Amino acid sequence: MAYLDHAATTPMLPEAIAAMTAQLAVTGNASSLHAAGRRARRTVEESRETLADALGARPSEVVLTSGGTEADNLAVKGLYWARRDADPRRTRVLASPVEHHAVLDAVDWLAEHEGARVEYLPVDGYGRVHPDALREAVLRDPDDVAMITVMWANNEIGTVMPVRELAEVAQEFGVPMHADAVQAFGQLDVDFARSGLAAMTVSAHKIGGPFGIGALLLGRDQSPVPVLHGGGQERHVRSGTLDVPAVAAFAVAGRLAAERREHFAQEIGALRDSLAEAVLRAVPDAVLGGDPAPGGRLPANAHFTFPGCEGDSLLLLLDAQGIECSTGSACTAGIAQPSHVLLATGTDPDLARGTLRFSLGHTSTKRDVDDVARAIGPAVERARTAGLS
Amino acid sequence: MTQTSQRSLRVLAAMSGGVDSAVAAARAVEAGHDVTGVHLALSANPQSFRTGARGCCTIEDSRDARRAADVIGIPFYVWDLAERFREDVVEDFVAEYEAGRTPNPCLRCNEKIKFAALLDKALALGFDAVCTGHYATVVLNEDGGRELHRASDMAKDQSYVLGVLDEKQLAHAMFPLGDTLTTKDEIRAEAERRGLAVAKKPDSHDICFIADGDTQGFLASRLGGPAEGDIVDESGTKVGTHEGAFGFTIGQRKGLRIGHPAPDGKPRYVLDISPVNNTVTVGPVEALDVTALTAVRPRWCGTPPAGSGTYTAQLRAHGGESEVTAELADGTLYVAFAEPVRGVAPGQAVVLYDGTRVVGSATIATTVRRETAAAG
Repeated sequence: MAYLDHAATTPMLPEAIAAMTAQLAVTGNASSLHAAGRRARRTVEESRETLADALGARPSEVVLTSGGTEADNLAVKGLYWARRDADPRRTRVLASPVEHHAVLDAVDWLAEHEGARVEYLPVDGYGRVHPDALREAVLRDPDDVAMITVMWANNEIGTVMPVRELAEVAQEFGVPMHADAVQAFGQLDVDFARSGLAAMTVSAHKIGGPFGIGALLLGRDQSPVPVLHGGGQERHVRSGTLDVPAVAAFAVAGRLAAERREHFAQEIGALRDSLAEAVLRAVPDAVLGGDPAPGGRLPANAHFTFPGCEGDSLLLLLDAQGIECSTGSACTAGIAQPSHVLLATGTDPDLARGTLRFSLGHTSTKRDVDDVARAIGPAVERARTAGLS
Repeated sequence: MTQTSQRSLRVLAAMSGGVDSAVAAARAVEAGHDVTGVHLALSANPQSFRTGARGCCTIEDSRDARRAADVIGIPFYVWDLAERFREDVVEDFVAEYEAGRTPNPCLRCNEKIKFAALLDKALALGFDAVCTGHYATVVLNEDGGRELHRASDMAKDQSYVLGVLDEKQLAHAMFPLGDTLTTKDEIRAEAERRGLAVAKKPDSHDICFIADGDTQGFLASRLGGPAEGDIVDESGTKVGTHEGAFGFTIGQRKGLRIGHPAPDGKPRYVLDISPVNNTVTVGPVEALDVTALTAVRPRWCGTPPAGSGTYTAQLRAHGGESEVTAELADGTLYVAFAEPVRGVAPGQAVVLYDGTRVVGSATIATTVRRETAAAG
């Protein structure tokens, strides 16, 4: 068994499981005033401080959400509404075309229902937005930009964006910029204070924490219009009773992700390099997706395009041998679609159907790489016979 | 004759999201095969939910199939064959109606999609067989060849829609439901016992790509709006008007809206449809009697028969059997009925049987009527 889909979700860390299970037995709503409530609140606030520490933020900048999707929606819609309410001219949204659907579909929804004019920023062949391109887009009319959203690192091809340089441009024009850092947390230095971002999304289950919990790092001067209304928790920006066990486990996973980041990037980066080498040796015409430079991509990501293959066929053949990976692209009703990320980088649509994403994580071993090295050649050969029907 | 061998095969189970294909996949696993489930996405714009017993291929059907695969414990994939299905089945269906014929799209789908596009891809990926929930039986004869037979339970037999399979297709077909005497209730009970949530799902019986069941509306949208034309009797005298010849089926009685009663006061039936001059011919019920037919595009489940032979023929998916004499000459099948039959329409398939064995099939091109000869 070789689990190589850690970008989809990674096994929970034992320390996070221990923190979560310990809290499951404890009663208390963090909004209650009595002793049980105070105890829960203490757990939540200590967890918030831990997360803030791990992410280079202040505790008040950590807005807990149900996960990455909710945090992305809150940032994109909430900041758009707040900025437009303050000045009705601000209806332009600048986004990268390689965003996760949680951002992309939120942005498109604003265009369809809220009068937003969405401009997709140009990207290079690696899917990277350049600061000059952002500046040029803002400069077309600096007064009408509502917000900017560019992910920290791409979930499919692993390309890292120059977030700090982009945020500098945004700051220069006083426009709030959001970055989806779900894939970056634990692999890159995602220090919120130094990033210059107004908002940043993270998710627990990608770093060894539980499902169903994430956070939007939100600058103290930002007041997005809430998506969820209710009890006024989380700075009145995100109502809803907090999931104390999940929050506690998220904090443990977040702390360990930050502590182990450099070591992880080094170890897993080396393992990833050997996997990429093995795949390219077995299938010489395979194309490595994203930036080949070590600093330009997520250390745990290896993305390939196999000409003449359908990614789905490869998935089936590898799955049958216990190798679990992903095509990397979203599907509609289970039907694989050519990835919007690859299309944005200028990849031919037929070629974009033959992709595989291997993503490594804290449980990955050399054996996993060896399994892939053995299986990938014959699988590609067979998938090519089946063709692109 | 013996049942097909039980050695462990790599099997691709086509799972529609219905109860039959789910139980078929489960039985294949139980028989010791290495099974992978596949749902065929056949519509480019699937509807979210199915309504009642109509159609299939909705997103909900895909989820039901996935849920069943998860319970059975097999990998599950969705394969997009929408483009092939559109070209080979839907366009063919429309073109046949446009030409005044009455096609059966299920046969086309089995011939061109399930046991062609799907089977080819399955074989290329290293599978040995495609398994479906059809009620039919594959048996090995003394020569080691494979024969397609009617299901053990005649009431549910679906060998008619499989009559288009040739020897090569049959060699890789697996029908786990065909060789046991099980009523539909028993299949549902078996699904229930296996923990399959589709146990209570209604059967689908309409044409899967016409989700609302309105075939005439579908054809009208594809072939242009109502085009008024004449309804004439056998002598060519105009007896009424219609709103598009393609909307009629041979043998149809209802909906003719003929203003004048026939001279004999008896009901009139559609005898012939002529899309070229947009004319529908009607006549008395006796005029529907067909004594012989010719059929084209023959497909044989084995060696084509030589010379003239006697068979039983089935003309519709749920039709009865008729005694016939049939002979193949220059690629055309000539069929003569021992007793006249009614409701035979060009475009339908005639499937020939030798006892329970499917001999082959062909598409009806022309029919010979007892009193008048009408070319289709």
